[in-house]
Amino acid sequence: MELFGLYHYWVFAVLLMIGFYAVVAKLNLIKKLLGLSLFQAAVFLLYITMGKVEGGTAPIFQAGVVDQLYSNPLPQVLILTAIVVGISTTALGLGIVIRIKEEYGTIEEQKIQEIDQL
Amino acid sequence: MNGIEQHLPALQVVVPMLSAAVVMLLKPRGLAWAASTAASLCAFAIAVTMTLATLEGETLSYLMGNWPAPYGIELRVDAFSALMLLVVTGASSITLLAGYQSIARDIETERQPLFYTAWLLVLAGLCGILVAADAFNIFVFMEISSLASYVLVAGGSDRRALPAVFKYLIMGTIGATFYLIGVGLIYLMTGTLNLADMEFRIHDVADQKPILVAAGFITVGLALKAAVFPLHVWLPNAYTYAPNMVTVFLAACATKVSIYILLRFDFFVFQPNLVGHDFQFAYFLMPLSLLAILVASGVAMFEPNLKRLLAWSSVAQIGYITLGASMVSVPGITAALLHIFNHALAKGALFLAVACLGMSVARMRIDSIGGIAQKMPWTMGAFVLAGLSLIGVPGTAGFISKWYLISAAFRSDSLGWMLVAVIVISSLMAVVYIWRVVEAAYFQAPNPDSSAIEAPLPLLLATWSAVLLNFYFGLMPALPLELATSAAQMLQGQMP
Repeated sequence: MELFGLYHYWVFAVLLMIGFYAVVAKLNLIKKLLGLSLFQAAVFLLYITMGKVEGGTAPIFQAGVVDQLYSNPLPQVLILTAIVVGISTTALGLGIVIRIKEEYGTIEEQKIQEIDQL
Repeated sequence: MNGIEQHLPALQVVVPMLSAAVVMLLKPRGLAWAASTAASLCAFAIAVTMTLATLEGETLSYLMGNWPAPYGIELRVDAFSALMLLVVTGASSITLLAGYQSIARDIETERQPLFYTAWLLVLAGLCGILVAADAFNIFVFMEISSLASYVLVAGGSDRRALPAVFKYLIMGTIGATFYLIGVGLIYLMTGTLNLADMEFRIHDVADQKPILVAAGFITVGLALKAAVFPLHVWLPNAYTYAPNMVTVFLAACATKVSIYILLRFDFFVFQPNLVGHDFQFAYFLMPLSLLAILVASGVAMFEPNLKRLLAWSSVAQIGYITLGASMVSVPGITAALLHIFNHALAKGALFLAVACLGMSVARMRIDSIGGIAQKMPWTMGAFVLAGLSLIGVPGTAGFISKWYLISAAFRSDSLGWMLVAVIVISSLMAVVYIWRVVEAAYFQAPNPDSSAIEAPLPLLLATWSAVLLNFYFGLMPALPLELATSAAQMLQGQMP
């Protein structure tokens, strides 16, 4: 039961490995980038999960509310930054893939290597 | 300190970052170059000022928005960061001063302002890593510098740079994400991101699994970024196909800044608290360093492409740095830090000489530069002298750090002799691969159709000043030595 109670962390680990597998095993550059995005998204989930306090509510101070349990806002702020980093990385990666397609006419890793060896 | 001086740690990042935005708008010819060179020199001046302060034993701490640490964001400059800041800003300045013609040759005119913008962003990111005192800011600055450096590497006209940079992007992002996971786990356990606070708080939870996992993720992630063998596969092609000036800049400092974070995290946060971590760190890093030194030097001996030869040599030199660190002793770390400084000088000068060659030679194969020394005597002279420093001939900067590395190895333990043997053998291998270039350039018949002429004066001047710096710091190593020693003592002083 305790194992199931941590299912957010299980999702994190499984997503992380799916993404990592795609990055390593797929030869299509777009699929690699998809894997990379998934890999990063898993880490966002790790941060968001750790910020949740059981029974906690949104961390907004209000007049008249005392003794309220709040969730930790910091991981969410951190992950906003990390999401921006992730988007920039994906965008730059896609830009490079477009340039590779223009120059080589393919986005398959092996074909690119074959062309380079000529 | 008062007045503007107290804001120097912040200005170190702010100056290049804001100039980057301005440089993008400077369309007229040469203006973008002038502005970015000025910004880089300004950053260098800031680094020098802060170094002078740290030489007096001061640690500069800056609270962003005056929020007290550990709740606010703290910037912190000590001897270790000052040494690295000197390397980074110095390499950027000298490369930009030298690089106008070379960059104009490699980059289309209308894209040059964007190229210089990316350059300044790399500089801002690297400086940011070095002044940041909390783990998450380090991540953000790491990604700023990495993303911008992907753009720089892919900026040239060689299409083979594109697959190389794609690989660099994938591996760099995996490394940074591993680091982020590690930081997340530590935050989960300690509730802090400030490194000094983390060191203090991690003590209570040090025996728990998440901390161990975090240590693993952070070490591997940063090793990937620092191109520690066998995680170096992105490096040779990225350096080979990048525009020449970018190679100079990145080879001199990019991977070393990752080593900086690795050392800082490991020695500051983990080693004082985790039981047996120093052994694990040493046993993990030392075999990899030895393999890096031997394998990469071996590959360099047979590599036909000049730039890739030097890139493989960089992998070997990173091995020296991590070897020094893996001895986990004050002399070892001093040697490692000295080698960061001295290798940046030697490899920077070598790649500058390659950039001089690149002005007349399109293909960087060793067999296509036969007899080039007759046409470009000054360039090849610089190459030979910088090569001596890379090999570690007495009187050059490279000798100083190898000397310290060898004497640290003697002092370590029974394995010391083996380490010394590896260092000596790999120095001989360095003689071989540098000699291959020298032989081709000096003793082969020149190509009669070659229209090679000596490189432009600014580039030559910068190359020679880098070479002379190698000799200056070889004969008078007081400045880097003092910084490296006090940084090593600081890193080790935290140990129980």
